[in-house]
Order: sequence, then C-alpha cells, then structure tokens
Amino acid sequence: MTEIPREEYILKCTSACAGCGDSLSLRYVLKAAGPDTVLVVPACCTSVIQGIYPNTAFNVPVYNVAFAAAAACASGMSAALRAAGKKTNVIAYAGDGGTVDIGIQALSGAFERGTDFLYICYDNEAYGNTGMQRSGATPLGARTTTTPGGKMQPKKDLDAIVAAHRPPYMATACPSYPRDLFQKVKKALSYRGPTFIHILSPCPPGWRFSTEKTVEMGKLAVRTGMWILYEREQGKVTINGPSKAAMVKPLPVGEYFRAQGRFKGISAETVARMVDDARALARRLQKEEEGIC
Amino acid sequence: MLTVATGNKAVAAAVKEAAPAVVAAYPITPQTEIVEQIAEYVSSGELKSQYIPVESEHSAMAACIGASVTGARTFTATSSHGLHYMHEMVNWAAGARLPIVMANVNRALGPGWNIWAEHTDAFQERDSGWLQVYVGSVQEAFDAVLMAFCIAEDERVLLPVMVNLDGFLLSHTMQPLEVEKAGDFIPPLRLPHAIDPQEPCGYGTLTGPDEYFRLRWDIERSMRDAVDVIRGTQERFAERFGRKYGMVDEYRCDDAEVVVVAAGTLGREAEVAVDLLRNEGIRAGSMRIRWFRPFPRLDLSGRDVVVIDRDYSFGFGGVLAKSIAAKEGARPFSVIAGLGGQEVTYEDIAGFVRNRQPGRELWFGVNGDV
Repeated sequence: MTEIPREEYILKCTSACAGCGDSLSLRYVLKAAGPDTVLVVPACCTSVIQGIYPNTAFNVPVYNVAFAAAAACASGMSAALRAAGKKTNVIAYAGDGGTVDIGIQALSGAFERGTDFLYICYDNEAYGNTGMQRSGATPLGARTTTTPGGKMQPKKDLDAIVAAHRPPYMATACPSYPRDLFQKVKKALSYRGPTFIHILSPCPPGWRFSTEKTVEMGKLAVRTGMWILYEREQGKVTINGPSKAAMVKPLPVGEYFRAQGRFKGISAETVARMVDDARALARRLQKEEEGIC
Repeated sequence: MLTVATGNKAVAAAVKEAAPAVVAAYPITPQTEIVEQIAEYVSSGELKSQYIPVESEHSAMAACIGASVTGARTFTATSSHGLHYMHEMVNWAAGARLPIVMANVNRALGPGWNIWAEHTDAFQERDSGWLQVYVGSVQEAFDAVLMAFCIAEDERVLLPVMVNLDGFLLSHTMQPLEVEKAGDFIPPLRLPHAIDPQEPCGYGTLTGPDEYFRLRWDIERSMRDAVDVIRGTQERFAERFGRKYGMVDEYRCDDAEVVVVAAGTLGREAEVAVDLLRNEGIRAGSMRIRWFRPFPRLDLSGRDVVVIDRDYSFGFGGVLAKSIAAKEGARPFSVIAGLGGQEVTYEDIAGFVRNRQPGRELWFGVNGDV
C-alpha cells in the first residue's frame, strides 16, 4: 500500500466552506506532489480559500492568475523553470468554469504544445465561487442560480476534449477515494508533457447536501456509476476498482439524485437520459479497456 | 554592424541581443515579422530562448507572466487587436510587478479591418501601469528595446515596458540600422519576488482595500522613480553607443515661438516641417514625445503649441492634446491626423502650424477648414 505522507501543505484556517470537496482534493494532490511544487490557480474557489493577503494557508508557492489564463501561465512557468534546469512540479489547479468554459482555449493550446505540467480540474459542476451559476460542466437537470428550472443541456464532455489532445496520462478522480487520487497525481507527475486529472468535487452548498456527507456523496457518484474512475495512460484505458465494481453491480441511481437538493423535482425522463449517457460512457470505456475499439 | 533593416527586424535583432529566457507570442499583422524572425533565431540556435507559440495574445501575456515570475527575462510582441485581446493580462503584468518587455506595432482597431498605423491601440493601455515609449526610426526601435530591458528590470522600476513603433511606416520600412552588441549593457535580471518553493508565498491572493490601495501607490511611486531610471539608462546608452535620447526629443526648440508635439513617425515628419517653416521665417520647433508613460514635462511656456494626435478618445479629444493641456496648462491647436494610416506629409504639418488656431480641434481632411 502506498504510504501517504503526513506532511500537510494545506494548513489550518482556510476560508473554505465546511465539507469542501475542493480542499479535500487539494490536500491529497499536494501530499502527492510534495514541496517542490508551484500551483497556478485561476479565479475559482481555491483563489479564495487560501486566505487573505498577507496571509496564506497554503504551504507551496501559489501563483493566482486571471480566469482564462491558468494553462497559459503554467506554460510560461514550466518553460522558464525547465530552461533553468529545475524540475519543480507545475500544477494548474482550476475549477470547472475556468476549465471547460473560459479557460478551454488556453488548456487546449497548452496541451497541443506539449507543455510539461499537470492540469487538474476540480469539478463541482458550477461556478461555486460566485454562488453557483451554471457552467458547461453542470449536469442536465441540475438547478443553479442561472438555471432555476434545471439545466436544459447535458454536461460538456471535458475528458473527450482532453483525450483528443492525446496526453501521455489522464485520469478521473474523486476525493472520496484519496488513495486513488494520490496515486494518480504521483503517476501524472512522473510523466513529461501535459497530464490531466479531472476530479469530481462534491460541494455541499452548491449541490445542497449536508456538510458531513461530502465523502459519501462522492462515493455515491461512483457506486451509482454516475462518475467513473479511470485512467488513460499512453492511450490505454484502465477502469479503476470502485468503478469496475459499480459496472457489475451499481447502486440505484436514485440514491445519488435524491441526496442532492440541486436535483429536486428532476423528471424521471431527465434522470433516464443522464443514466443512459453514463452507461454509454461506461460501455465505451470497457470496450477501450478490452482493446475492442 | 551597419545593415539595412525594417523596424520589425530591428526589434527582433535587439531581442536577440537581450536574450530573454522565454518568448511567448502570437502573430498579427503588422507585428508578425518580429515573431517570425525570433522563431528563426531560436531555430538556428542563434538565440537560446524558449519560444512558446501560444494560441492567443491573452495566453502570450499569461505565459510571459508565468515565466517572468520565476525570475526569467521575457519578451512578447503584438499589435492592435492582439494588444486588446491581452488587455486583462497587460494589467496583470504591471500589477504583478513583472519586468516583461513587449513590442507593440501600432495599428488601428476594427471595425472596419484596418492594418495601418494609429496610436489608439496602445494609448488605451495608458492606465495599466506599463511604461510606454514611442520610436521614430528603425534604429530607435532597436535602441529602445535594448534599453527597455534595463529600465523594466531595474529594481527601482520592476514594471513592464511597451516599445511602440508605427505599423508599416516603421515596421515594414527599411532604414539603416547599426546592430550593437549588447554585451553587459543589460545587467542580469534579479527579480526580488521570484517564485521559490523553498520559501512558499501566495502571489496575487485576495487583497483587502487598505493593502490593495498601498500596492497601487507602489506602482505609481515606481512610475515616478522610473523617470530617473530612464534618464540614467539613456545616458549610459549614449556613452556606450553614441546615440542620445530624451524623455522628449526636441528639435530646434531653443528659440521656437511655436512647437509641434507628436509621437512616433509623425514626430519625425514634424522635424522636416520645422525646417520648411524656418526657411519661411517662422520660428518653429518640434517636441517628439518618446515616453508617454511616465508622461514627460514639456517646456511650452510662452509658445504656441500644435499637437498632432494619431489617436482619439471619443467624447473627449486627442489624447496627447488633452494630456498636454492638463499637465502644462497649454491651450494647444489640436490636430487629429493619420488615423488608420491616413497619409500626413511634412507639408500638411507645416500647414497646421501656419494656420493654427489655439484651443481648437481639427480633424485633418474631414473638417479641414482652417
């Protein structure tokens, strides 16, 4: 079993909400990355939770940058550090809005250019920092402050977009599975070139569930098959254990939807459509894993 | 080495001498030749820079910011729409106190599409905290880029510098160029706030009103200190390479009863107009604005002033004319000319002087009834 270091890089007294999935994720990301790491953070919850100047609760250098700019800023940083012979990990750590919406051009450019960095999208499926407005990553039917009747469009397929750039390593993760997340960060950082991790980051105020249920909510997402943990290493797909189990015997999806206030009043048809999409993705990944397609 | 080159090639040659660790850039007419030439230098090994061919100007400046904060020397070049596409990051670079050097080839803004010279593009960045210099010749473009690195990276400044050259009139015009060996003219960059994982810091974190206010004042204090640094650098340049530059370049101003104020190539054209007027017995002089930020002081007392703006601030006036009126209490004859590359000759400029009407504004060729 991989030993997770005791060192903490997210110190006490962050200004995160109680039960924050983002903070939990970042805690394990930094434990895996270690102290020789720079975080590049665009506007997102993480820009707020690190604390107010001149204080910071993060014990690695954090370069905060404009909303659309994380991947491009990290490109320049990586180029300069590598030119200076430094191996410092450069990790862009961005929310879903800063990734799938306003930051996608810079993300695509950085991946196409083969930038040596790790891009992590922690996805709480809305603009959390500004009070839960819809993003391209908000799922179908979810209520946000700008989709009060539920979102009419499905979630943007970020992983397919990233996969189209053929990075050497990409993975999905969830802080409810910290060891899995830890190992994926380790693996991503072992590669040269652009690597990517997409973290489903449960958000109590945004998803409207009780703050002690963050870990449970992530597990429900995986066990119902609504979030699939997998890796794509040198193009080869590996579905990770918890999702493998869920593909054999998933929990009833209703448990996931009923547990969250954002899905209140969602129609059976909408749920069925989302489940169809999730099952179709699972079948595609299984075929890829078996090398059928 | 004496050669003949375009303004764009001169900028690239100066960048080669400055040897930035990272160049991130995106092509745009009429700047493209700069980045092509730099890419060529990097490809041939003449320049040991990391060249990042970014997917947009917003990313060009973002990449320069990311590189610069590690303590690396950085350069980019853009023009017009490119400058405005990176506007957010232009402000960020100054606020982050990063000594990035950028060449901006001045070009009009659409619509309609117009690729010719105008200063409105860079003047709109005047409040960003960047130092801005405008050049009037190919040689001056080369010299200004070399000096820009010295000035930006000086610990009393630590603000980015934008070197402006007129689209096509300089970017694509061949003139003689003395390519200097920079040698140790540009000292090594030592960025006091460079990122260091041994001493982790938060950069640009959430900042309350009092602290933010103080950081803004720090920018202005450095902008004021920059005047001395510019003067010192220009003196050092003159000693070493023999060409003298000021905040403003004055021409035959000593006994002038009327001075023409303009920036860029119009300022050079004004010098020819001054000679013409002097032959007619009119005691004219020219003050070519080089540094626009920090804005220079001009000795205008007791003189008529004709300001030519290749720019406009709608609902307000010519930016140079209004700035000079505000800073010097002058009542200039404000001529708006050369927008979108409109041709303005020295004979036209002589005409502005002969027919000047202090306090009035003229749109050359539109309401030319002076």
